Amino acid sequence: MSEHIVSSYDNDLQSLRRRISEMGGIAEKMLVDSIAALLRGDQALAQSVIASDSRLDILQREIEESAILTIARRQPLAVDLRETISAIRVSGDVERIGDLAKNIAKRALAIGGQLQPQKIAAGVQHMSDLVLAQLKDVLDAYAQQDIVKAVDVWRRDGAIDALYTSVFRELLTYMMEDPRNISFCTHLLFCAKNIERIGDHTTNIAETVHYLVTGENLALDRPKNDRSIDATTGIGV
Amino acid sequence: MSQIALNTSSAIGQSTADAHAPVRIAMRNLNFYYGDAPALKNVSLDFHDRQVTALIGPSGCGKSTLLRTCNRIYSLYPEQRADGEILLDGQNILSPSVDVNELRARVGMVFQKPTPFPMSIYDNIAFGIRLYEKLPKSELDGRVEEALKKAALWNEARDKLRQSGLSLSGGQQQRLCIARTIAQNPEVILLDEPTSALDPISTGKIEELIEQLREEFTIVIVTHNMQQAARISQFTAFMYLGELVEFGPTNKMFMTPSKKQTQDYITGRFG
Repeated sequence: MSEHIVSSYDNDLQSLRRRISEMGGIAEKMLVDSIAALLRGDQALAQSVIASDSRLDILQREIEESAILTIARRQPLAVDLRETISAIRVSGDVERIGDLAKNIAKRALAIGGQLQPQKIAAGVQHMSDLVLAQLKDVLDAYAQQDIVKAVDVWRRDGAIDALYTSVFRELLTYMMEDPRNISFCTHLLFCAKNIERIGDHTTNIAETVHYLVTGENLALDRPKNDRSIDATTGIGV
Repeated sequence: MSQIALNTSSAIGQSTADAHAPVRIAMRNLNFYYGDAPALKNVSLDFHDRQVTALIGPSGCGKSTLLRTCNRIYSLYPEQRADGEILLDGQNILSPSVDVNELRARVGMVFQKPTPFPMSIYDNIAFGIRLYEKLPKSELDGRVEEALKKAALWNEARDKLRQSGLSLSGGQQQRLCIARTIAQNPEVILLDEPTSALDPISTGKIEELIEQLREEFTIVIVTHNMQQAARISQFTAFMYLGELVEFGPTNKMFMTPSKKQTQDYITGRFG
């Protein structure tokens, strides 16, 4: 893309991209660390994740303010307008991802290093690996304006939903086996849900990338595979 | 974050472009020359009935030249000539048999610099009417009042109709020129950067006026102001070096133009 005649206009847009990139880096680290804190019972790591969230909030506010100023001053059109609006959307999604990772860290503190069956830990780890890959890929897609990559992220979300359904069922089983499991399984359930929600936010970002590049929205029906609503304990139902 | 689809395209371009509206002026393979120098190259373009079409492009691209072919005002200058077809309601106005005076009443023009006649406000409007029609005074008064009302100038001018047109402010003079054009009951109004010389408030009043006039007249406007074109037109034509590069509904042109050159121009990357 060639440069604007007014170079400070290019600087404005560059600054938006740079801050989104910074937000993305922080969110990725928060996700990795919060899962590690959860599975290892690492309290200090959980605390550091919680502390990181404030930087994300500040960045999101800065990005919104810059985008609004850009609209007022430059009256952007076409791809520039789409990019400015996209920055507002993406920063909102990444900020929510940070909040969800912070929530996982808080639950890691609440579980406080209790024993967890390895199998359940593996399920959660697998989910978070998939979601972390989604997040990395979609942030790359945004930076490179690569819609092939973005659509691929959008499609892969179904696998994460399916994994969440199976983790959900497993947790129900553990809770039925032994009431002493209920407390940490409930926390884990919320964590799994948070990871699944992070996955949904990455698909939002993918849709925004598609809009940014083409000016059109992805089809409204993303394939959804979350069947947890069908899972029951079999007791009294 | 909400899943509401981003549909910003409908926010640009005043109301929806009606591509099914009948074509008022059809240009076919239009070429224009200043002496030997070509200024328009094989331009084919439609202006739809009661739609505002904006002509945009960098200086020297031919947009004002294009405008001036629509009412043959270039015929005043011997070294300027056009070939091809411009069909106004099916009739080729480039044909030598066309009565250019009658044409210029049907296709009115307003220029960048307001050009009121050095006469009273009343006479500015009445002058054109008197050329073609013999009306009793009461009817003439009525026509003058109607034209001034349609041009949103009546309230400001009603108490000084006998004062010179030149005593009005720039924005008012421009509205007087629009009233003068409307008084002829034209079918098409051509506007050549009508607000470039005006302050923001006058510009706003003229833009408001254009939106009202569109209900009755077909309007073609040349403008350097991208945002103005995006605000008030339903169709936009982008020209460069005498050629038509892209033409389409304004919302599409300004949100997702097909040609890179169009996008580069409207986003300020041109050159």
